[in-house]
Order: sequence, then C-alpha cells, then structure tokens
Amino acid sequence: MKKNLTTVMFRGTKAQEEQLIAEIESLRGTPGAMMPILQKAQEIYGYLPIEVQRIIAEHTGASLEEVYGVSTFYSQFALNPKGEISIGVCLGTACYVKGSGDILDRIVEVLGLPAGSTTPDGKFSLEATRCIGACGLAPVITINNDVYGKLTKADVDGILAKYR
Amino acid sequence: MVRSHVLICGGTGCTSSGSVKILDAMNAEIAAKGLQDEIKVVGTGCFGLCALGPIMIVYPEGTFYSCVKVEDVPEIVEEHLLKGRPVERLVYHETKSEDPHHATSLSETAFYKKQKRVALRNCGVINPENIDEYIAMDGYAALGKVLTEMTPDDVIQTILDSGLRGRGGGGFPTGLKWKFASGNRGNVTKYVACNADEGDPGAFMDRSILEGDPHAVIEAMAIAAYAIGANEGYVYVRAEYPIAIHRLEVAIKQAREYGLLGKNIFGTGFDFDMFIRFGAGAFVCGEETALMTSIEGNRGEPRPRPPFPAVKGLFGQPTVLNNVETYANIPQIILNGVDWFKSMGTEKSKGTKVFALGGKITNTGLVEVPMGTTLREVIEEIGGGIPNGKTFKAAQTGGPSGGCIPASLIDTPIDYDNLIAIGSMMGSGGLIVMDEDTCMVDLARFFLDFTVDESCGKCTPCRVGTRRLLEILDKIIAGNGEMEDLDRLEELSNYIKSASLCGLGQTAPNPVLSTLRYFRDEYVAHIVDKKCPAGVCKSLLQYKIDPDKCKGCTLCARKCPVGAISGTVKNPHTIDTAKCIKCGACMDSCKFKAIYKE
Repeated sequence: MKKNLTTVMFRGTKAQEEQLIAEIESLRGTPGAMMPILQKAQEIYGYLPIEVQRIIAEHTGASLEEVYGVSTFYSQFALNPKGEISIGVCLGTACYVKGSGDILDRIVEVLGLPAGSTTPDGKFSLEATRCIGACGLAPVITINNDVYGKLTKADVDGILAKYR
Repeated sequence: MVRSHVLICGGTGCTSSGSVKILDAMNAEIAAKGLQDEIKVVGTGCFGLCALGPIMIVYPEGTFYSCVKVEDVPEIVEEHLLKGRPVERLVYHETKSEDPHHATSLSETAFYKKQKRVALRNCGVINPENIDEYIAMDGYAALGKVLTEMTPDDVIQTILDSGLRGRGGGGFPTGLKWKFASGNRGNVTKYVACNADEGDPGAFMDRSILEGDPHAVIEAMAIAAYAIGANEGYVYVRAEYPIAIHRLEVAIKQAREYGLLGKNIFGTGFDFDMFIRFGAGAFVCGEETALMTSIEGNRGEPRPRPPFPAVKGLFGQPTVLNNVETYANIPQIILNGVDWFKSMGTEKSKGTKVFALGGKITNTGLVEVPMGTTLREVIEEIGGGIPNGKTFKAAQTGGPSGGCIPASLIDTPIDYDNLIAIGSMMGSGGLIVMDEDTCMVDLARFFLDFTVDESCGKCTPCRVGTRRLLEILDKIIAGNGEMEDLDRLEELSNYIKSASLCGLGQTAPNPVLSTLRYFRDEYVAHIVDKKCPAGVCKSLLQYKIDPDKCKGCTLCARKCPVGAISGTVKNPHTIDTAKCIKCGACMDSCKFKAIYKE
C-alpha cells in the first residue's frame, strides 16, 4: 500500500503516551500483540506518526523498522491524521461500476485535495476506501459517521456545502 | 402477551440508510402509546433485499415494508399496530394482496422464491444479540450432539460425506482439511481459525452472517475444534465491519456466560474458547498463510506451502482455517444429516451458495441459492433484471481473482467446476452485474489497479508483473495501444499465474484473461479504432454538440472551465476537441440534451 507521509505537526500529550504504555503493558505476553497495540495506538492518537511508532518500539522491544513495516503494510493504519471532517469514497466494485470514480474526481476537484491526504489546517481529509459493504446503496460516500448512498456526481457539491 | 413482532433490519445496508433511528423511533412511539407489553421490536440481521432498505416486517401478518423512513413510524404504529390497517404505500409491491390480513408470503415473491436459506437461515429472523433466540432455533444443539453422541472421527466423516467445499472461494473439501489436521489429538497444541477478512470488493456474505447469526459461527468453530482436537480459536475479521465485530463480541460473551465456550462444555470435559483479531485492511490477508502471519502480529505476507496450515499453521501449530459461510453450514449438516445436505446442489458441488448481488441490477442484496442454479435465474428472476431498460452484458464473480461471464453463457449452472471451466471462479460470492455502459477494458484495469495496490511485494511475479500488466492496460485506455499488446498481456498473465507465491498473484491476471477471452473486440476497438464502445474511457471520448438540438442558450459555454465551447446566442455551439478536457460539465448543464459523447 502506497502511503503519503504526513505534513501535520505531532501534538501528542503526556496523558496519551501514558495511556498507550498502559495498553502495551496489558497486552504483554499476548501472542501476536503488535497489531492490537497499533490498533489501540491509533484509537488513542487517531493516527500513527513516527513519534508514536517510536514509543511502541521502545516499550515492546521491537525495532522501529518492524513497527514501521507493520504500520505501512495495512491500509487501515494511518500515517496522516484524519481531518475534522473525514470523507471516504467507496471504490469497491459495486460502487465503481455505478460511477464512484466520477464522484471521487468531483470531490478532489471541489476540495482541491488529492485522495489519501489531509488539508494542512486539518479540516478535511479524503480517502478512496475499499468496499465498505453497503453495496445495496452504491455508489456510496461516508462523511464522519454519515453514509450517503445512491449518489450521482451532481449531488457532490450540495453534500460538501453542508460541511464547509 | 405479545401480539405483534416488528422486525427491523440491522444489517450494514439498512443501518447505512438509517434503520437504527427507525428502531429507536419505533420503541419510543410504542412506549408513548403504551403498547410496550403487546408489541415487541426486534433488530435483526440482513433480510437480503438491500436495494429496498430500510426494511421492516410486522408479524403475525408478515407485512413487508420497504424504504421506511423515520417519519413513517408514527403512521405505522397508529394505522397498522393500533388499528390493524397496514400502510399500503410502504408495502413491498410484490407482497401486496387482496386480503389485508394476509400479505402474500415473502417466500412467494420473485426475490425469495428460488432461494434456499441454509447459511443465512437465521439472518433477518432472530435477534443476533440474544443467544436465547439462537438456541430457540436449535442453536447449539449440533454442538451438544457432537460432544455427547459422536467421536471426533465421526464428525470428520460426516463433513467429508456431506461433500461440503470451502465457501471462501477455493472450494477445497472441508472434511479433508479437518482430516489432515486431526492427527495426534491431545498431544499437540492446535488451533481453529475463521477467515472473516472479506476483502473482495462488492462482497458482503460473511459480514451479513456475522451480523445476523454470529452464534452459528461460534458453534461451528467449537465443532471443528472438537473434531481436530483444538482448544482455542481465532476469528480474523475486517476492522471495516464494526457492526459484525460488535455482534460477534456480544455473542462470544453470551456463549461464555452460558458455558458454551470455556471449560468443560456440556459437562463433557471439552474445553474451547475463542478470540477475535482485527484485520487492518490488507486484501492479501484473505490468503490463509498471510492471515495467520497477520494474527501472529507481522506484515501479512504469505509463506510457501507446503507445509500446509494443517501441519504447520498459526504459531507454527496445526491449524484448520475455514471461511465464515463454510462454518455457518456445519451445524445444519450435523443436525439434518448428510443426505439432506447432498439433496441440494450439483454432483460435485453440494449445498447452497450465498451471493452478494451488486452493480447494475434491480434487487441488489444478498441471496442464497442451491448450487446449480443458473446465472439467468439469479439475475433475471431473483435479481429482477437490469434497471433502466439496459441490456445485460456480463457478470463478474470472484472479484479481483475471478473473471467475467458474458451474456452468451448466462444459462450456465453455477457451481465450482463450471465457473472455472468458463474462466471465472466461484470466489467468495461477490456477483457484480454489468450492463452496456461498463467498459470491459476499464474493468480489467480497475481490478489490476486493486491488485497492484494490494500485492504484498514478497514475490516478484506478482509485485512487478501486475504493475506491468496495469501499464499495458493504461496504455490501451489512453489510446496508445498496439495489437501486439494483447499478446504481451496474455503472455505476461500466464507467467504471473504460474510463478506467483500465493493465491493473490496466481489469480490476479484472471480479470485480464477473461475479458480478453470474451470481449476481445472491445480491446481491438480501443487499439485500432481508438474508440471506447461503452463510452467510459475519457481519452478516447469526444464530446459533441448536436446542431439540431442545440438552442444556442450559451449555458454550456459559460460552464466550460477551459473555454472550449464557442458559438453565438441562438445559434448551435461547437466544442473545440483540442481544448476539451472531457470533464462533462457541459453535458450535465445542457437542458436540451444536445451534448453527447462518442
């Protein structure tokens, strides 16, 4: 999976770090704990910048390379923080044959933001996602926890306007 | 005394269109009318007819409401539940009947008539978050029977005799897999695992089973564990499925409370417990060895086989890994017997198969049919055909590993071997329907783009080969293809298939090969005529204005972002194709449908 490195400054707090270390401790001895640790870390920080990976490496005894290797292998691990408004465009097959590619193009055009990145002010992030399983509603986009289905390119501007 | 049950679908499709709010509103409305002791509201798993969601069924009448909105709830309560008059405008048209008290049974509608629900039998019927409802449907009876009446070898023999084959796509006989892992029981640590990493885009069978009937999977895993001599199980589930994960967590907790997981199950001395591990979005982790590497906490890269997981699997121990749908069949086979199961299906493919119908089809949703049902029955009868008066062009099965089935083969009975013979594969059950507006070259490119992104990079044929395939397809789509490219595609595809390490690479060229096999003319049109017959590939399209229809309103010229449209008021306009960036803004804005693409 190709990943864009982040340009947003790391703003982790001491409390977050303590919480993460506590999670690592509670998983000590669990076989194959690296994935659950990374998932917990992403829950705590919202993403996995190199600073967080370093904490994990330090406290698990794994090398930073190993932590980085696992973090970059899986698409769900984000190296970029999600925007305040996080947009996902489903590019599963059912959505694709119903035109989700055009919808993504239109969102990219309106926001001026390439897929897989976050605006520098942290407001919007855009992702082309794998199938989210709402194929009955294809084509589908998600904005934070809201799902918009059966869309056409013409609906995009109106929906985005609600969030600007 | 409860006089009515209101079932509301809580599958992902209906949840996405607001069924949780409807459920809350229904409970509130019923409480407001003081009916809470008479009417029970149940959130269920998927009914299958996702296209018409959110769905609600009211029993005992069996009234099937479709496309329900929160605003409709007071009317349903007031009219139907209080006064006994179903809200006609919301009733699914296929179930409308003369007699208002007896709706046409769902099993008689075109969508359900030819279906046979085995793996999905409890989906949309029970509340998946209540173990008692599962037990009331003979839940855990199969586990009880296995533990008290059958030896582990009996169990394996039963599954072998049933002819059950893996529903994840490969079609390997499940009983054989169990047999290979069964040696040396009691002396070796073994594992059972469940593959719920449903990565095939457009497929949601496994998710619906986990959401609608999670206990069936738990029960079946316990049975498998007993059969091979394992005491621990892992479910590897996609993190993208929050509802499925939640229900599985609830189900495991309830099963533990009831003593159906844990130590000394049914007082037989058999111990079994299970754990959930979340995937993190890697398609390759659907491959068995990659899945196990991922559970172990590493990059999910596959490893060479042999040794097979039955010998050396999870944490280096013998492991049985089955797919969710495979497991969902197990308790039924134990309870109803081998003969019952073998009565469904074709000679070499027994039982049923769940398909996720998607794409250009009226009834998108989840269907389960006996093996051997033809594609025509699934698409035209159950699926309700192609919407908007378009024609069927092809169906795609098996996702990025599969191929397409053209209209000429629509009468093929669907089973494992037939699909392989025509160059596709069963896959996990995604079935995407395409009409004349789908470009098959673009579709092949779509899948290759997916595999290039998802190739783990461990072996060269897959890592580099798929990228080269994608480049050739890009070249053809851009209008720069040459006829020799078709030979290159074929040659390279065959190398990738034979030399890749795992299933991902070995099947990645299938979308290319099968579109080349059945839609070669479309490739030729892209290469020789520089045209995209379906009107999809932008580089080969030209936007044009029909001078007879154009009224000269100038709207398109004002909308065009690059000033490619010229003309004077009230005279037909023209598009400068050299300047045109093919954004389609003019076509969207034209009120007279005077702009077309070719």
